[in-house]
Amino acid sequence: MKNINFDHKVVEMKNITKKFGNFTANDNINLTVHKGEIHALLGENGAGKSTLMNILYGLYQPTMGEIYINGEKTNITDPNVAIKKGIGMVHQHFMLVEPFTVAENIVLGMEPTSTLGTMNMKKAVKNVEDISKQYGLHVKPNEKIQDISVGMQQRVEILKALYRGADTLILDEPTAVLTPQEIKELIQIMRNLTTQGKTIIIITHKLKEIKEAADYCTIIRRGKHVDTVEVKSTTEDELASKMVGREVSFKVEKEQKQRGDVGLKIENLVVKDNRGIDAVRGLSLEVHVGEILGVAGVDGNGQTELIEALTGLRSITSGKVTVNGNDVTNKTPKEIFQNKIASIPEDRQKRGLVLDYTIAENMVLENYGEQPFSKNGILNKLEINKFAKDLIEKFDVRPNDETIKTRALSGGNQQKVIIAREVTNDPDILIAAQPTRGLDVGAIEFVHKSLVRQRDNDKAVLLVSLELDEVMNVSDRIAVIYEGKIVGIVDAKDADEKSLGLMMAGGGSQQ
Amino acid sequence: MLDSLGFILGTTLMYSTPLIYAALGGVISENSGVVNIGLEGMMTIGALIGATVGFYSGNPWLAFLAAGLAGGGLALLHAIASVTFEADQVVSGIAMNFLGPGIALFLSRLFFEGATMTKAIPSGNKMPRPLNGVFPRNSFFDFIFNQYATVYMAFFLVFILWYTLYRTKLGLRIRAVGEHPRAADTLGVNVFRIRYLCVILSGVLAGFGGASMSLAIVSNFRPTLVSGHGFIALAAMIFGKWKPQGAMWACLLFGASNGLVVYLGRPGTPFEISQSLLSMIPYVITLVVLAGFVGRAAAPAAVGTPYEKGER
Repeated sequence: MKNINFDHKVVEMKNITKKFGNFTANDNINLTVHKGEIHALLGENGAGKSTLMNILYGLYQPTMGEIYINGEKTNITDPNVAIKKGIGMVHQHFMLVEPFTVAENIVLGMEPTSTLGTMNMKKAVKNVEDISKQYGLHVKPNEKIQDISVGMQQRVEILKALYRGADTLILDEPTAVLTPQEIKELIQIMRNLTTQGKTIIIITHKLKEIKEAADYCTIIRRGKHVDTVEVKSTTEDELASKMVGREVSFKVEKEQKQRGDVGLKIENLVVKDNRGIDAVRGLSLEVHVGEILGVAGVDGNGQTELIEALTGLRSITSGKVTVNGNDVTNKTPKEIFQNKIASIPEDRQKRGLVLDYTIAENMVLENYGEQPFSKNGILNKLEINKFAKDLIEKFDVRPNDETIKTRALSGGNQQKVIIAREVTNDPDILIAAQPTRGLDVGAIEFVHKSLVRQRDNDKAVLLVSLELDEVMNVSDRIAVIYEGKIVGIVDAKDADEKSLGLMMAGGGSQQ
Repeated sequence: MLDSLGFILGTTLMYSTPLIYAALGGVISENSGVVNIGLEGMMTIGALIGATVGFYSGNPWLAFLAAGLAGGGLALLHAIASVTFEADQVVSGIAMNFLGPGIALFLSRLFFEGATMTKAIPSGNKMPRPLNGVFPRNSFFDFIFNQYATVYMAFFLVFILWYTLYRTKLGLRIRAVGEHPRAADTLGVNVFRIRYLCVILSGVLAGFGGASMSLAIVSNFRPTLVSGHGFIALAAMIFGKWKPQGAMWACLLFGASNGLVVYLGRPGTPFEISQSLLSMIPYVITLVVLAGFVGRAAAPAAVGTPYEKGER
């Protein structure tokens, strides 16, 4: 707070409106950011916060409205203009060239050269070392991007902006891919930058980080400016209700429950990834009926391969998977489904739904071949639609029309269709992979309630998520996966973020 | 024996040359993220224009340059379709392979009284051989080094392209555009301009490749002249892992198989092998190489995908 210069408005966006066709992504939004402040932009998915920042960075042109940079009216026609005006952006999906080195990525577009356009790599490396030292962002300039961690890649992105002389840094969902420790480091880096006179705008929907890092917070809902508040004089609950427009509960309501027998048993599982390298390396895990077992871990530690192996999408090199005593190792997805395993896949648009099928067709994807949905190979549309109508009612899918294509649904409603289908088959085991990814607070609430309901009905639930908060909130027990193995299992009520975070980074002890 | 080896090495160099030009064209285009399977068509038009300009002007250098321009012109169409209008690059490339030979045939009939074959260029007006007469005739070194100028230029271009791609600012940007065009765009690199440049250069190089056949190896154009060399060059580029030097080695392999064909097909060789079987060799090698030794791992990440600016 002490770094803020309230007389110096670095960014002022006035009455910004952006329309894509008939859709208004930004509706008359105002944003003022002072020099030296960390300003959070809060909003649900699709609220229009990224659109607003893409306008500031020159990737989109506003339909209406004006932008002032350092008090001067500026027409930001493309990123080059933004860069010249001292604005840098770190995108949610990193914009890094994987086979290039750190230094090459940083200098790309502003390369130091000697005669005839020949690259002066020595100077490039030196420049990178210099700014890296100046801002305390340590990187190794000669390492390739594909060989460094996600946290490091993010530093490279920040350095890219600083190398271009950025005074204002826009960070788009910067913590989505980081471990808790890396998030702490990032917040420290952000504070360091503000002491050196930089200004930071951070796009996020995570309230905890806003409370921890930001000075001011602007809330956007459905493209409209709701409020700008001083963070230290507000609460997480207040921010949440402003973001969603109603009261929401973050605590997942569930009663204490005695767990039963082992439902899903995984023994010494070994699974290879697409490159033929072992991704799951001798993983063992037991999920009991009447419990939610959460698997926490940083992305890329074998979660995807584990789930694909369990659901029959990837072959198992060695090891054994049993459900209620029945061996389902290397069975086809259909056989696994017949063994009463249901799954909410990681990528709902690719694996969960056929986007160009109607809601009704998607609802019977697994049992269209059975009566009453079909007879002698001919589908009974009437029955299918009746069945779907029923589920739409029960799971509150919007819009309430079984004949529209699932492509037209919002992410939350697409997820409702999948959950409706999977849960209605009355599975013994429910595998949920990242079930709330990209969903807004209201939809997250619904998904979590559905998982808890399965557990309360004495089913086994395996939840795999990259969101540590979600795992801690929903699970009864938490297993931490690291480099394809479970490195520790703790009771959710004894778990704390710090020790889980350590285990996720490979510093845990075997339990 | 030594002379036989020299003969094989010499023919290898000669037959590798058109492949090297075209493969370098493939390298530069694909490194910028644009698939160019139209190399075959661009070689064909280059071969025709080279032979025609060579015949009428008597100046092989002018002919060579014109061939490059013709290939570049056809490549410009490919760039317009696949970069600006975001057409499927493979489909557009196939169209080039129909257009190139079609135009070539049409122009041949136009310029040579309805003949599909151009008139032979007098040997004095073909590509010069800079080292002709330096070594004793038909000696080992004469076989290897007494080559047309186009051969030396091809190898020199391998070096130039390697240096450009891996040592210059332009090369860094080309490879960035081929790997992650959005990253390059957000840093102010003009993706469209780079891709246009690379695709056009690719056509110019393929045109040179065609002309290095019709102005040097033989002395006229005929419809069967190029017959698949563009595709073999494409295979060489893939086998060479999208790198100029790798493509060169692959082209030498294919050229060597050609050299062997010529050597074994000569009268008086120790073995008697059917000419038809022999001429299959380069194509069989292409098939084997593509089926057996190549993964996609080395391809530029964004190759084949049009870049849409400002997509949501």
